[in-house]
Amino acid sequence: MSKLLKFYSLFSLSLLGSFLQAQKTKTHIAFINGVVHVGNGTVYETGIVTLQGQTLEMVMDMKGLRLNPPAYDTVIDLQGQHVYPALINTNSILGLHDADAVRATLDFQEVGEFNPHVRSLIAYNTDNKITPTVKTNGVLYTQVTPRGNLIAGTSSILSLEGWNWEDAVLKADDGIHLNFPVEKYMGWDEEKGMNLKKNKNYTEQLNKLHQFFSQAQAYCLQATPNEKNIRFEAMRGVFSGTQRLYITAFKAHEMLAAIQFVKQYSIKAPVICGARDALKIAEVLKTSKIPVILSRLHDLPDLESDDIDAVFKLPAQLSKDSILFCLSAYGDMESMQSRNLPFIAGTAAAYGLGKEAALTAITLNAARILGIDKQLGSLEAGKLASLVISQGDILDMRSSQVVMAYLNGKPVTLSNQQTELYEKYKAKYGIK
Amino acid sequence: MKRMKSFYFFSGLSILVTSMLTHLNAQTTFPVNGAPHLTHSIYAFKNATIHTDENTELKNAVLVFQDNVILEVGEKAVIPSNAIVYDLKGKHIYPSFIDLYSEYGIPSNKPAPRQWNGPQMESSVKGAFGWNQAIKADYEAHKVFQHNKEQADDLKKIGFGVVLSAAKDGVVRGSGTLVHLSDANENECIYKDRVAGFYAFNKGSSTQDYPSSLTGAVALLRQTYYDAQWYKATTNKSEYNISLEAFNQLQNLPSIFDGEDKFNALRIARLGQELNIKYIVKAGGDEYQRISELQQTDLRFIVPLNFPEAIDVEDPYDAELVAYADLKHWELAPTNPAAFEKNNMPFCLTTSGLKEKAKFLSHLRKAIQYGLSEKAALKALTTTPAQFINMQNQLGAIKKGYFANFFVSTTSIFEEEANILQHWTNGLPSVYKEVNQPEFQGNYLLNTSARNFNVNMKGEGSKPTVTVYLDSIKVNAQFNYQDDGVMTMSFKYDSVLITRLNGVYESDKKTFVGKGQWADGTWYNYNLRFQSPDTSKKTTTPKKKLPTLGKIIYPFQAYGEPLPESSGLLRDQWKKFKNRYQAILIKDANVWTNEGDSILKEYDVYVVEGKIVRIAPNIDAPAGAFAKVIDAKGKHLTPGIIDEHSHIALTRGVNEGTQASSAEVRMGDVINPEDINIYRQLSGGVTSAQLLHGSANPIGGQSAIIKLRWGATAEDMKFEKADGFIKFALGENVKQSNWGDMNRVRFPQSRMGVEQVYNDYFTRAKEYDKQWSEFTKLSPKQIEKEKRVAPRRDLELEALAEIINKKRFITCHSYVQSEINMLMHIADSFGFKVNTFTHILEGYKVADKMKAHGVNASTFSDWWAYKNEVMDAIPHNAAMLTKMGVVTAINSDDAEMARRLNQEAAKSVKYGGLSEIEALKLVTLNPAKMLHLDDKVGSIKVGKTADLVVWSDNPLSIYAKAEKTIIDGQIYFDREEDTRLREDIKVERARLVGLLIAEKHKGVKVVKPTTKRQRLYHCNTIEGVSEEETGHR
Repeated sequence: MSKLLKFYSLFSLSLLGSFLQAQKTKTHIAFINGVVHVGNGTVYETGIVTLQGQTLEMVMDMKGLRLNPPAYDTVIDLQGQHVYPALINTNSILGLHDADAVRATLDFQEVGEFNPHVRSLIAYNTDNKITPTVKTNGVLYTQVTPRGNLIAGTSSILSLEGWNWEDAVLKADDGIHLNFPVEKYMGWDEEKGMNLKKNKNYTEQLNKLHQFFSQAQAYCLQATPNEKNIRFEAMRGVFSGTQRLYITAFKAHEMLAAIQFVKQYSIKAPVICGARDALKIAEVLKTSKIPVILSRLHDLPDLESDDIDAVFKLPAQLSKDSILFCLSAYGDMESMQSRNLPFIAGTAAAYGLGKEAALTAITLNAARILGIDKQLGSLEAGKLASLVISQGDILDMRSSQVVMAYLNGKPVTLSNQQTELYEKYKAKYGIK
Repeated sequence: MKRMKSFYFFSGLSILVTSMLTHLNAQTTFPVNGAPHLTHSIYAFKNATIHTDENTELKNAVLVFQDNVILEVGEKAVIPSNAIVYDLKGKHIYPSFIDLYSEYGIPSNKPAPRQWNGPQMESSVKGAFGWNQAIKADYEAHKVFQHNKEQADDLKKIGFGVVLSAAKDGVVRGSGTLVHLSDANENECIYKDRVAGFYAFNKGSSTQDYPSSLTGAVALLRQTYYDAQWYKATTNKSEYNISLEAFNQLQNLPSIFDGEDKFNALRIARLGQELNIKYIVKAGGDEYQRISELQQTDLRFIVPLNFPEAIDVEDPYDAELVAYADLKHWELAPTNPAAFEKNNMPFCLTTSGLKEKAKFLSHLRKAIQYGLSEKAALKALTTTPAQFINMQNQLGAIKKGYFANFFVSTTSIFEEEANILQHWTNGLPSVYKEVNQPEFQGNYLLNTSARNFNVNMKGEGSKPTVTVYLDSIKVNAQFNYQDDGVMTMSFKYDSVLITRLNGVYESDKKTFVGKGQWADGTWYNYNLRFQSPDTSKKTTTPKKKLPTLGKIIYPFQAYGEPLPESSGLLRDQWKKFKNRYQAILIKDANVWTNEGDSILKEYDVYVVEGKIVRIAPNIDAPAGAFAKVIDAKGKHLTPGIIDEHSHIALTRGVNEGTQASSAEVRMGDVINPEDINIYRQLSGGVTSAQLLHGSANPIGGQSAIIKLRWGATAEDMKFEKADGFIKFALGENVKQSNWGDMNRVRFPQSRMGVEQVYNDYFTRAKEYDKQWSEFTKLSPKQIEKEKRVAPRRDLELEALAEIINKKRFITCHSYVQSEINMLMHIADSFGFKVNTFTHILEGYKVADKMKAHGVNASTFSDWWAYKNEVMDAIPHNAAMLTKMGVVTAINSDDAEMARRLNQEAAKSVKYGGLSEIEALKLVTLNPAKMLHLDDKVGSIKVGKTADLVVWSDNPLSIYAKAEKTIIDGQIYFDREEDTRLREDIKVERARLVGLLIAEKHKGVKVVKPTTKRQRLYHCNTIEGVSEEETGHR
């Protein structure tokens, strides 16, 4: 990798690009009379959001504010509609495939046990069929994540708008994804049906992981090794702390083992993904200050005797324990389910988390965990002007109707293949 | 002493002489090398306690037998002068136990792990056999039976002398043979060649694809019965069929069915009712959980003593993984045999399922500790099994003329200390321990020429613990008395010096005599003479008491509930318990009736005996009605949610997709009423669901429509008087597009082929129907005169003919518009209508055609992108179809999403702009309509069944929770009750884990925790293929 390229990858290609663009047409827009959900818990029942170019300029309550309309290119009266920060989809293969069953469309998994050098960024297809339907519901950013093996590869954070991944990227190569070996798992066999099985390769997998990390760590101590190992090179950021290490682990046992593991290698920015048993190890998570990205809440409890809403209420419980977490659509069919991210948060809200905290779990906390909260995650002056406007509560399907969205200060197309087909057939039948 | 020796001499000889020791007048075809040695000795056992059967215990009785026949038994029986007489004072004699579910002497047929090389649609067995490899009706155990001394001894040592041996492989397993366990050759061991037919819902080693599921196995067996009946009745057959010939032979014998578990037993009872067969069921061990339902059947049982081992719960996280039902079963399993006795159900016991046969007696004693009476235990081991195979006049008792099968025990066999000394089978002895062992216990004086010692012997029999007194010092002696009468002994007579003795026992003088040697090598003579009896007390293990046990819960699953009192309950008591509310009055609710244009604000709904009787503001329940009043102020009341497309609550497979059509399989055969997802879905307001076959083949299986009556049995869950439905499927699944390259065999592999599958099957079904209608028109006279035989009953074509005759209705899995249109054309050409297209993601493209055909649509709200044929799906589909006048539903096809169907319906407000009232109908009234149940459920209307949900909020809102879910006017889910149940589970779990950890600390063997879970089925789940094998998501 040349020095120049490295520079770009650390400081985002797209930021630079859009910055140059914005210089030419620095629009000044005001959204008034909206219910402004800042994303950090604050709500302005009658609020104003203004943006200049790609940046948020002002977000506040309108009470006592005297607006000077001519100062803006456009003033949009929201008439009580809701304004939200752009929703952020974390830990997802969205953009790396179309139809799950069609192998030719699948681009999220490589062969080999250790693939930190494999980058999801370049496989991200901006013309992917699924992403537009996700954008329609207010999700404007996604962490494009590779899957499989022990180390799956390197993810990047992209916006859902762009001609090419180069335009869409917000943060390239934000972190490495490690699938922590599972000790036990639910497996199926003819004799017993679904039953708890031991992973026979657990120790072996763990040993391999240790070998890889210890070798990579030693390698990364050398600034210019005699012989380059591109797998180890890709690990530098994880040891220096410029990249996160995302570790997928669901059960208490694996999560505890994973935490021991990151301590042993002094990993600076670990994140646990999945984390179904997070509550069981809440104290450990808190003291080690490791945040979690929860897998999709729309999931059944693990055990028959678990509380029927065990998964739904998990966010509320973690919040009570002051653990930093965000919500994701991670799970079966996660790409198409990404458009339901607001409703995943809605479920958390209904089961004790509360609406604003639930919103935080798909905006500001997601940004914090991904390390992009300086740019995104809340409607605060100086951050990127990426916002979503819904007629009603965006977390409730009963009222969520996204009518406008802005990404880096520019309006976002909300139509998609599905809305087009809808229009086409409405016309065919002559119905409204 | 001489007598004892002769005993051994005899048993040593027995192998040599067995071939001659048959009945007195019996001849044998076997040549003898040397002079025949026919003894025909008469034996007499006297002074024994003889348990002639479970009812009779003779004290100081005599048993006389010759060869394999009992001549005389009784307190005053005369001992013939030429009898060999044994004194069995203090000993007990029992009839040999009989095991009807044994594999003794049958070569094991463990197949190599199946290597899957693509579909195997036909049987791989060569010869004139039937079409399915799992029908092994021609298997005859007596033709492969081989005597096995080791196995026989293991069984005889635990009391079994006669077993019914059979192979346990396949759906039909052929005949079993009755053998005794003597060390004799096979010709003699077989009492009876073909004694019972064996059956199971398990294809065993068959490599043929069909049946791949439980529902397929049931269908295969059912069809085989009908095939065999036809085969028997038809004289001018076009085929000779070894399997059906043999199957018909089996029908003259008792039928023994591998029950596996309580629900399978109920399943077998239903099949027996249909076919008029009284099955003997090999129980699974959990029948106590549904004993009153089983008691209502005419089943007889063979009950195992396979109580689960204690579980290691050391790691608190591991312990959490153990299923709640498994924990409870661990505690209650030993009560299973007693449950049969208490309910007066005919049952016998088996060693089957015990990994270590030697544990049988200790498990039996445990069963007695847990409530089984000794009498019932003995009966279940002797007379009952003899009756089951119609041998009660020859086996199972010690009576004149019966076969000489019995064993001698040191004491009552139910005592912890009991030991089986000898076991005589068919008049041949196996001696495990000396019967008349000398009793050495007592105080002795060891007299040597140099020195005398006091000696104490403690303990029964000839193996006492021996102590020698050197003045004030006690030393332990090594003492060894062999059954041949030679004794050796050694002890320290000084701090380091040891003397060794050898001698024999003179029983008349109670003295050992012989020579000893001092440490320096000097020999001496000694006698060791009895002085006085040992006065220390005999210790006997006290009978263990029954511990306090947890309650049986209904269903036997987390969130099940115990009955108010837990014993002697009849079937209907569960219902009564559940039907606790005569009337329910729901006050001040926002009522979504589905009958008008608006939501009724602050209305009351009054329910009596499960029916809605009044809907009005301010209803007062009559004083005598004892109505349960639910305050629903600010809350919403809707009809119960109906899931048109569900795969929960099914046992062992959702697809019998091994053939292009499996119209004969019935999901109603395989309902699992203990699936926790039933309860979870109640918590989402679901009251009814259609359990569909999967989508692996163009013609799937028959659906079951259930009400989510949590706690009821499978039969009681079925929606009463519901029409019959059947699953069809189109597209990628049926043409096996995503099944890998191996699956390129089964027709069809393209959408073109799918059409012709229907064309073919419906053509044949029409002809089949014609054949039958012609036959049924014949008068009995004509049938007689023309010697007409009924056509073969084909359950597959029968189901399809029902469709043509509008008695069964299609729910068809579908995605792409071309094939949707095709099926409507097929239906039209055969004169019927497709009832429902399910999934129907491209329905919006052919909404006008669907409307014209009159078909209903049942779709997902927003699922798509999981395969190629769903890439044109739109979330506006439901709204658009509704607007086009097609009756439309939103379904789940998913155990998780089914809990949120109200929210899924709400999405059609968001996508496509349906009104909220219309949206709610998508999951209530509309599915009721398409299931032909809208006259009973689906709206809140006077006269309809009270399947209702009280919601905390607008039911279309994500913030709404079902607070109460009501079915038939009874509350099946209550959020407050749920909180209480959670607490109950926590407490009960902690109690059981406490018991388990105590077991571990006691040193009881524990096994690693494991848990079973209901598999979550989708349309395309194929049994035998693992989804979660890798452990990664």
